[in-house]
Amino acid sequence: MKYEMVAGFETHIELATNTKIFCSCTTQFGGDPNTHCCPICIGLPGTLPKLNKQVIKYAIMAGLATNCEIANISKMDRKNYCYPDLPKAYQISQYDKPLCEHGYVQLSSGKKIRLTRIHIEEDAGKLIHKRGDTYVDYNRGGVPLIEIVSEPDIRSVEEAKEYVEKLQQIMRFIGISDCKMQEGSMRCDVNISVRPEGSDKLGTRTEIKNMNSITFIGRAMEYEFQRQVDLIESGGQVEQQTLRYDDVSNTTSSMRGKEDANDYRYFRDPDLVTISVTDEEIDELRKQIPELPFQKAERYVKEFGMNEKDAQNISKYRRIAEFFEEASDGVKTPKTVSNFIIGQIFRRLETEDDKEKFDIAITAQQLKELVKLIDEGKVKNNLAKSTLEKMLDTGKSVTEFISESDMAGMDEGTLAELCKKAVEANPKAVADYKAGKVKALKSMVGFVMKESRGKADASAAEAKILEIIS
Amino acid sequence: MESKIRHYSNMLKNREITCQELTEKYLAGIDTSNKDLNAYVTVTAEAAIEAAKKVDEKLSRGEEISQLEGIPMTLKDNISTKGIETTCCSKILEGYKPIYNATVWETLQAQGAVLLGKTNMDEFAMGSSSETSYYGGASNPHNINHVAGGSSGGVASAVGGNIAVYGLGSDTGGSIRQPASFCGIVGLKPTYGAVSRFGLIAYASSFDQIGPITTTVEDSAIVYDAISGYDKMDSTSQGRKGAPTMDTLKNDIKGMKIGIAREYLEGVRDDVRVCIEKACEVYKSLGAEIVYFNLPALKYALPVYYILACAEASSNLGRYDGIRYGYRTDAYKDVNEMICKTRSEGFGDEVKRRIMLGTYVLSAGYYDAYYKKAQNLRGSIVNAFKNAFKSCDVILAPTVPMTAFEKGNAISDPIETYLTDICTVPVNIAGLPGVSIPCGFSENGLPIGMQLIGNTFCESTILNAAWQYENAVGSEVFKASEYGVKL
Repeated sequence: MKYEMVAGFETHIELATNTKIFCSCTTQFGGDPNTHCCPICIGLPGTLPKLNKQVIKYAIMAGLATNCEIANISKMDRKNYCYPDLPKAYQISQYDKPLCEHGYVQLSSGKKIRLTRIHIEEDAGKLIHKRGDTYVDYNRGGVPLIEIVSEPDIRSVEEAKEYVEKLQQIMRFIGISDCKMQEGSMRCDVNISVRPEGSDKLGTRTEIKNMNSITFIGRAMEYEFQRQVDLIESGGQVEQQTLRYDDVSNTTSSMRGKEDANDYRYFRDPDLVTISVTDEEIDELRKQIPELPFQKAERYVKEFGMNEKDAQNISKYRRIAEFFEEASDGVKTPKTVSNFIIGQIFRRLETEDDKEKFDIAITAQQLKELVKLIDEGKVKNNLAKSTLEKMLDTGKSVTEFISESDMAGMDEGTLAELCKKAVEANPKAVADYKAGKVKALKSMVGFVMKESRGKADASAAEAKILEIIS
Repeated sequence: MESKIRHYSNMLKNREITCQELTEKYLAGIDTSNKDLNAYVTVTAEAAIEAAKKVDEKLSRGEEISQLEGIPMTLKDNISTKGIETTCCSKILEGYKPIYNATVWETLQAQGAVLLGKTNMDEFAMGSSSETSYYGGASNPHNINHVAGGSSGGVASAVGGNIAVYGLGSDTGGSIRQPASFCGIVGLKPTYGAVSRFGLIAYASSFDQIGPITTTVEDSAIVYDAISGYDKMDSTSQGRKGAPTMDTLKNDIKGMKIGIAREYLEGVRDDVRVCIEKACEVYKSLGAEIVYFNLPALKYALPVYYILACAEASSNLGRYDGIRYGYRTDAYKDVNEMICKTRSEGFGDEVKRRIMLGTYVLSAGYYDAYYKKAQNLRGSIVNAFKNAFKSCDVILAPTVPMTAFEKGNAISDPIETYLTDICTVPVNIAGLPGVSIPCGFSENGLPIGMQLIGNTFCESTILNAAWQYENAVGSEVFKASEYGVKL
């Protein structure tokens, strides 16, 4: 029998606010243990939380960018559980009235992964195990999070990866999180089950906790899918449980079963008042949502005639898209700009992280100067390419490498002189051409280009040579 | 009755006594009386003298002082004081010294208040006799074989016993008004949100409110005006609405409608009811009108209170795990055992009882039957009061259906003791202001109290009505105990 994977995601994303969700401590990653803390975020007796308004704004922006409905009225609840990294013994979260509901993320296939909800909550601290002892660092405690819960709409590892990448792109584009999985500012719990292909029933699911890399998400899902299929094939049953994934052995193992599931005793946090957001405030935030990657890609294809793949590659990273748009603003051929970026600049940005940072030596304006010279016919393609390399090496402008006289091109007389020289120096090519080998003409044009160090216009040279030999 | 605060303040201003002398007198009073009263659990003598000296320096420079400046006072042990042990009278917070000040203490300190020390209370404010305190109960200054009440028993004992001019307590289900009633003094529970809770160690967050315990109504008004106000650190705070209560304290009450809800008088001891009836006569003579009505929703008040307050407490008290501060058990194998043993050894029986009750009512499968139902009923009680205030300005009711318990009785029968909160909890459920003032004595000489309940943020109205009563009956019922300092 063939089986189908059914998966849904719970994704935690740390918001890039300056201060924590309920106090004014910094949210900066790292720092010596317990230096980004105050009486409020370590939950000293008598302290009270005060909700950071920026958190609400960012969460609403996340909701708007993923097509959610935004609740005008919502509230904060307490999720009670006891763990040393949670200093109040409850996490302030949202239970039955989340800020955002009923959204979706659209994959490149056009398929929509529905989002059940997005809610805000506080992060916990961290346990550090050292020399047989356990220490607690509360620096991360109280850092604002959004939790994005999807419906079980994902059917393959590929869809899962694309879903996570899309979320990452969207959140980075709207500027509410850096979504660095390796630093934990984006973490995924994967709910996964299997069922015979064609069935519309849901199987018993397991939950793989705290995945912090897209590659591992893929591997863990593949492993867990196969494990569940094998179990069913051999007559067993999948047990509802929480799993952890070990990336070294590439296996999942049980953290706790259904019977050990926590009863969180949710109830409304009496220390915080109702969150009310007006339609006007929501509209104001809607205006702040920039054009998103897939919208950009669509536009690049339509307006600039770029192919879809190039359009996606350019629009995927916020800084690159911005660079592209600035450099191509007012030029005749935006495609030239995208070709330079994908062809030459990408070669210098090997990793995803490099592309995200987009740390290159030249500005968009500098690239634009170069492209404009091409547009105006002042610089030929070959020269432009080599010049761009020099610019990228040094950060200097095009005028540093190409002089006014280079740009002026070549006068008729000089070109005619060079062509004559080319004909004289290549009698064999002339003979070959006359014998019908059209290609032989190219070698003479090459001679001219080389002699002129790229200054000559290749098509003009070709015409001139033809004129001489015929 | 003359305001004690104003009296002392004038003595200081007129240089009849130095602040240091005044403070030393009170510290000496604590020395002699605290053995009997057990009102203080921490005395901050040195800091008090330091603060007093500063006031004296100011006076000797000829500078003006504010009304509360230099007046010796106390705080309940659940109000956070930087560098001064704040234990909620629980073993689990033994040795805990906060690193920040509660907003109320910050405010009073800025006004030059002289803190004598921290006062006794029921552990985590859970109790009606202050006997659940880890340090033993506080005694009633009118008869030390009886309790001072609770949970702010220490403040009431200290103020009633004249070893503090005034004090701040907290009231979750009657914890200011009940001990004030037992000790024959004045206790004001403000509207929820009128006084900042920041720094008040939480028992039940949606009920808790800080308020003054004083010997006179005017003192209550002075302290309330000083501590009420919006605090950005407390999201539920709204501050005082309208003018200071002192502005209208002594206004005429002709035509004021005083409501009596019949349910409040059910099951009340005869001598208490007689006192309430007499008070009605006093009010009539002052030109007020007495109106009677029913408040049937009151019968749900006790279960609603105990379900919701315990639910919140079970969550609020989860943080005491021995990891960051306070008591930690000696021997343990792992972190789970450490937390279990710390809590088992650190909490007293009453606290454990309420944590278990609260955990139960929030648990999956029981939430709807208990917590949710109680929340809905809370809404009904709020509405019932709202309606009542359409036909009257204040509600007059007993504070407690009886007088102070004999020591040991409350502890031996917790359920019976819960029932004595019947008259005080409705005010907390509805977030209303209520003030308890003395209105008589029982046969055996124990004070009887009555409370005046107002609509939200109508502290001015209830204090006005209270002052007029006090002014009419005077020292007949506002009788000082034999303890402490007399000037």
